[in-house]
Amino acid sequence: MEYFFQQLINGVTLGSIYGLIAIGYTMVYGIIGMINFAHGDIFMVGAFIALILIVALGITAATPLLLLILALVLVLVLAMALTAIWGWTVERVAYRPLRGSFRLAPLITAIGASIALQNFVQISQGARNKPLQPLISGGFSLSDSASGGAGFAVQISYMQILIIVVTVVLMAGFTLLINKTSLGRAQRACEQDRKMASLLGINVDRTISLTFVMGASLAAVAGLMFLLYYGVIDFYIGFLAGVKAFTAAVLGGIGSLPGAMLGGLLIGLIETFWSGYFSLEYKDVAAFSILAIVLIFMPEGLLGRPEVEKV
Amino acid sequence: MAAQKDTLLSGSVKDAGMGGLVAFGLFSLMIGMKTEVDIGGLAIEYRWGAVATAVAVVFFGRLLLNLFVWKSERPVTGVVSGLMPKASAFSSVAHLVTPVLFVLAVTLPFLLMYWLGARGSRQYLDLAILVTTYVMLGWGLNIVVGLAGLLDLGYVAFYAVGAYSYALLAQYFGFSFWICLPLAGILSAFWGIILGFPVLRLRGDYLAIVTLAFGEIIRVVLLNWYEFTGGPDGISGIPRPSFFGLEFTRGEGGFAAFFGLDYSSIHRIIFLYYLILILALVTNFVTMRLRKLPVGRAWEALREDEIACRSLGINTTNTKLTAFALGAMFGGFAGSFFATRQGFISPESFTFIESAVILAIVVLGGLGSQIGVVIAAVVMIGGFEFFREFEEYRMLVFGLLMVLIMVWKPRGLISTRTPSITLSKGKAKGISADLVQEGHG
Repeated sequence: MEYFFQQLINGVTLGSIYGLIAIGYTMVYGIIGMINFAHGDIFMVGAFIALILIVALGITAATPLLLLILALVLVLVLAMALTAIWGWTVERVAYRPLRGSFRLAPLITAIGASIALQNFVQISQGARNKPLQPLISGGFSLSDSASGGAGFAVQISYMQILIIVVTVVLMAGFTLLINKTSLGRAQRACEQDRKMASLLGINVDRTISLTFVMGASLAAVAGLMFLLYYGVIDFYIGFLAGVKAFTAAVLGGIGSLPGAMLGGLLIGLIETFWSGYFSLEYKDVAAFSILAIVLIFMPEGLLGRPEVEKV
Repeated sequence: MAAQKDTLLSGSVKDAGMGGLVAFGLFSLMIGMKTEVDIGGLAIEYRWGAVATAVAVVFFGRLLLNLFVWKSERPVTGVVSGLMPKASAFSSVAHLVTPVLFVLAVTLPFLLMYWLGARGSRQYLDLAILVTTYVMLGWGLNIVVGLAGLLDLGYVAFYAVGAYSYALLAQYFGFSFWICLPLAGILSAFWGIILGFPVLRLRGDYLAIVTLAFGEIIRVVLLNWYEFTGGPDGISGIPRPSFFGLEFTRGEGGFAAFFGLDYSSIHRIIFLYYLILILALVTNFVTMRLRKLPVGRAWEALREDEIACRSLGINTTNTKLTAFALGAMFGGFAGSFFATRQGFISPESFTFIESAVILAIVVLGGLGSQIGVVIAAVVMIGGFEFFREFEEYRMLVFGLLMVLIMVWKPRGLISTRTPSITLSKGKAKGISADLVQEGHG
């Protein structure tokens, strides 16, 4: 039973990271109906930017707690801003000129952008793994006394709490942003009918750009969390994380914000339980199979609306 | 006039300045600070010079583009394209390009042997084999992507199925290459049908992602099924093909002895070259013929407008399935050729990047254009082999080219396609790129 709870906690943590990336996919899909294939690599760039900032600012586990928190907040904000520039640039260079072209064109440029980003980072930062010393260690030990101290104790680390809290706060913030602000209203309008929205005076290009900026900055948060949680990154992490987050977005219902979070949690849980109880080697197969199964049998996902194909 | 010039200049400078600022934001950390693994953790190596160069390139590149192309009244590109011959002039030469390339491809080994001798031509023949393999893969994928308009991101899976089919059949049953070649093609086509059947009702971009997932699943299975496929160790000692039963060995009963030639290892290379050339030409021939059949026309109609096809009573699932299975079959042929040529295969050769390279060849050559695939493969695979010192930049350039060419010419560089049907009985004229409407399928 302790093993189950331990896996549950690990799964929720992983799921939060996937959920943050999945929001980027789902928002872009909702607004322009394309799969931003390069989003996984934007996440990877975000993780690298966070790593460089942490090393450049000289943050280590020995930093006093208050300073550490302040420094991490600074890293978070800077990483979000810088990764947002990457997201903006990719949209400006690779997607905007092709708006109104045939449907596969932006997908092909997205693949090109993804390859280019991966190899750019490989060249500029080197192909080797980048290990980072853990910054936040320690945690709570739950149900230690219940099993008499001899059994398996459920551990929940401060890092996991931090990830879950940050995710919940950001999710709440973004839901408010989408539902209450004029930018959110413009986004929802573009999602429903781009032409009509532009007739009503909404700058559609700017709204789409801002959507990419928001997606990229959330991916940067996920990148920082991934870096702190696993402590090692390389230029290739974006591919798998991207596919899994996309699976999460599809599973939750693409275009739906709460759906992305729900899908992320489910994918995180499935992956952890799969590797916890079945086999570690085939955990990626599990994620890929879920993607195929969901797309074939339930393309509208759990919380999405069925899509009507128009002539 | 002067005032206008001023606003042009100042506007361009302002715009280029913004570009430079964005470039600084992009590159300041990613290029300027390189994290290095050090003894006590990570350390940073600063490279501000590289950042300055990158920002300057963006600034001046944008400034020049602004001044002479984007904001100018007489864009330089317009002047240049005025000097260039018109697309119609190309099409009169275009029908000469194909036979010339064909003759060149057939006589290549002899030309090389004549000029460079057996020792010198080895490396060029190896390169030619590599390029031709990619041409064949490109033609196979062209059926799926170029003709039927189905974006397949997992094409390498069928390449892998073909390669492993031959390797495993040879290992477990001792079958020869010539028995395995058709079997590998059939098995790949079979896999194409199995994988294609459930997913082909999906829309374009979902289909792309699902094929990507299938490609990865096959690779992960090959990697982890240690008892059967050898896992990451791969399979080695795959038998070489024979020339109608004649092995390329020294001594009695070998190819050289039978024809009364002096033994040379180059014979086998030349044989392999002709083998892949014939396989590729068969792919091309079948594709060209199929395009004239109803199913081929249905593919192209499907690419342009799926809903219209469905309204006309075309069974879209079956049409897609034939394209998928045929593409897979040719991928399987190419795969078993790859296995026999290398003598060793492992899952390493069948990663997503490989799919992306094949896709890039098809896209850059022009979706649906057969000669475009050849030119793209020669330029991209052959070109990069000549710049070996820039090996690490190869995929970066691939990616950037995919973006730029797609933005510049969404139908590919050589997008002249011969129409399947013409109104007059006369010679079919190529449809030049500027006449092809952008579909919104």
